[in-house]
Amino acid sequence: MSNGLFGIHGAALEIRAQRMGMLGSNIANAGTPGYKARDIDFAAALDAKLGGAPDGAAIDRATRYRVPVMPSLDGNTVEMATEQTAFAENAVAYTATLSFLSGRVEKLTRAIKGE
Amino acid sequence: MPGPMTLFDLGQRAMSAQLVRMNAAASNLANAGSVAGSEEQAYRPLRPVFAEHLDTATGMSTVRVDGVYRADVAPVRRHEPGHPLADENGDVWASPVDENAEMVEMLEASRQYQNMVEALSTAKQLMLDTMRMK
Repeated sequence: MSNGLFGIHGAALEIRAQRMGMLGSNIANAGTPGYKARDIDFAAALDAKLGGAPDGAAIDRATRYRVPVMPSLDGNTVEMATEQTAFAENAVAYTATLSFLSGRVEKLTRAIKGE
Repeated sequence: MPGPMTLFDLGQRAMSAQLVRMNAAASNLANAGSVAGSEEQAYRPLRPVFAEHLDTATGMSTVRVDGVYRADVAPVRRHEPGHPLADENGDVWASPVDENAEMVEMLEASRQYQNMVEALSTAKQLMLDTMRMK
């Protein structure tokens, strides 16, 4: 139902929120030996989700391990610069999607009120 | 922990793990110059070890402090016959703390703490924006 009302933006916002959690996990585990950083391929996740895949499966299928620029000795593949950039990019995209959504809601409200 | 893990739980745990790390570095620095009368009594640096904690329900992983261990480094033997703690050979045992390494450890811990705070405040702002959407 939400798909019909909000179109692509509802699905996009959910994936953005999931990706924020995953990037947060990477930042949290910056000092954990052996931790492998992960990221969601947003386009692939959105495709899977619009193709009708259930919530978890779409994310799982689009999750990739990060390839480090310079591997560290303890097996940790978190690179702070990469993670921060990805987090910032994701936050901006989240805000953009959110404003699309609120525009949609505003339009609908206006239509309902008949202004 | 009741319910699925949220971004706030994740951040909180990561920050407290970094705090443990910072406290360990501070303890090591505080004991940098200490001497003891025998090799066994000498202070050995504390090393916290982190481990990943995966929450399968949400797919997010946070940090768990696996334990705080004593580093396996030999204390430095110093010949100081006049020292009140010296043994029968006139030796004392100094703690093998590398001050530079501890300072770097502390700096790294505080950087990672700051990063987490930054990420949390961004996430909080986005959540608030979502809530206020109308």
